[in-house]
Amino acid sequence: MKDFQFHRPSSVAEAVALLKARPDAKLLSGGQSLIPVLKLDLAEPSDLISLAGIGELRDIRVDGDRIVIGALVTHDAVHRSPEVQQHIPALATLAGTIGDAQVRNRGTLGGSVAHADPAADYPAALLALGATIATDRRKIAADDFFTGLFETALERDEVVVAVHFPIPKRAAYAKFSHRASKYALVGVMVVDTGHNVRVAVTGAGPKVFRHANIEGILERDFAVDALAAASTPPDELNGDLEASAEYRAHLITVMARRAVQACL
Amino acid sequence: MAITLRVNRQAHTVDCAPNTLLVDVLREKLRLTGTHVGCDTSQCGACTVHVDGRSVKSCTMLAVEAADAEITTIEGLASSADGSSGRSGLADGGNLHPMQAAFQECHGLQCGFCTPGMVMSATDLCRRNPKPTEHEVRHWLEGNLCRCTGYHNIVKAVLAGAEAMGGKAK
Ligand SMILES: Cc1cc2nc3c(=O)[nH]c(=O)nc-3n(C[C@H](O)[C@H](O)[C@H](O)COP(=O)(O)OP(=O)(O)OC[C@H]3O[C@@H](n4cnc5c(N)ncnc54)[C@H](O)[C@@H]3O)c2cc1C
Ligand code: FES
Ligand code: FES
Repeated sequence: MKDFQFHRPSSVAEAVALLKARPDAKLLSGGQSLIPVLKLDLAEPSDLISLAGIGELRDIRVDGDRIVIGALVTHDAVHRSPEVQQHIPALATLAGTIGDAQVRNRGTLGGSVAHADPAADYPAALLALGATIATDRRKIAADDFFTGLFETALERDEVVVAVHFPIPKRAAYAKFSHRASKYALVGVMVVDTGHNVRVAVTGAGPKVFRHANIEGILERDFAVDALAAASTPPDELNGDLEASAEYRAHLITVMARRAVQACL
Repeated sequence: MAITLRVNRQAHTVDCAPNTLLVDVLREKLRLTGTHVGCDTSQCGACTVHVDGRSVKSCTMLAVEAADAEITTIEGLASSADGSSGRSGLADGGNLHPMQAAFQECHGLQCGFCTPGMVMSATDLCRRNPKPTEHEVRHWLEGNLCRCTGYHNIVKAVLAGAEAMGGKAK
């Protein structure tokens, strides 16, 4: 790991000012993605700016028809939160499937969302629930946020502050995990908002995406058997040692069926 | 830079660069070599310690991030809150923690490389969930890899350890 300067600001404004002043600086949240990257020398930031001293980023609150979760809230805290368990149980369940206990004790919502790993779990939840990402300067709809492989709409010096999750009528997440890392080979989040159905798929393609074909089927008939007609062209899916593109395409329907079953 | 770490209820001031991992301070500076390093991909859990009571991979945390936190390593477990089993076995002549005693009793180890991480992870589970089911134990230990035992006796040990710890906490 290359050397860097370490900072621990106590406010978001201070963190943004540091990012602006130091073009090669990086934010550090739970470190469960960034530290492995640094250990392999795949990134060499001049400065690390830890968010750990900014207490306001650790809140979970219910605000009318949504739950607002701060960027520093750990996966474990989301998993155990009574508010999340009550209003969006699928999100609490999803958080409990991320990685392993040690990763959940350190890894955070904001870090996962900003990192935008194509096999991460939260991006599927954000996209399917129609969440909004609040930063130090604006609000970004999840539909506009995940722009590519490890790429988001965030500017280089922008800090994710919280994510606003609308409370759905019903929702469920099903994933087929990588054996060792627990990342999704395919993860499918199905949400019935009460007005429409939103389905997001992670792990299968270069980035998380919505599945129009399955959304259309479920809007007509929210039933497991309706998904017999579902299909995903494998052309744009990932194929690797773990699973071919065709297999991932097949798994999308299987995971969607499991998620719909869990909603009923 | 100088940082102060509280490890096993004792404060240590060490001089280290910001890019130093917590595990390297524990092993190289404090000579607490019970915490092991089994991989460089944050997957094996051999390096698990408690930071403010929570199990974390000390190879995936900077030492500076742990300043001001309460750190417990395998060496300090038997003298922590849920204490000693009354069964001797530590190198310093002290008694084992109930979870350590359960691993010994149930043959929860072979080469022993993964064992400190397993024990630290298991005690975090049992403090939060004093009566875990076998399924919960298996799910919880997903972050701890063992190349010898096939996990069966580890799971048995954790269930026995949970019972022993529960018995102590009134
Ligand atoms: C063994 C292992 C297994 C894992 N398995 C899974 C899994 O099954 N599913 C899954 O989804 N994830 C998995 N992860 C990743 C884990 O969930 C990470 O915690 C998460 O991806 C990143 O969150 P973090 O808080 O650790 O962020 P960090 O590692 O600290 O940061 C990640 C990136 O986000 C940036 N960043 C952090 N916070 C902010 C912010 N507030 N605003 C803007 N940018 C920010 C950082 O600069 C960095 O580039 C696994 C990790 C490990 C080590
Ligand atoms: S050495 Fe820390 S997870 Fe393997
Ligand atoms: S006992 Fe050898 S690795 Fe677990």
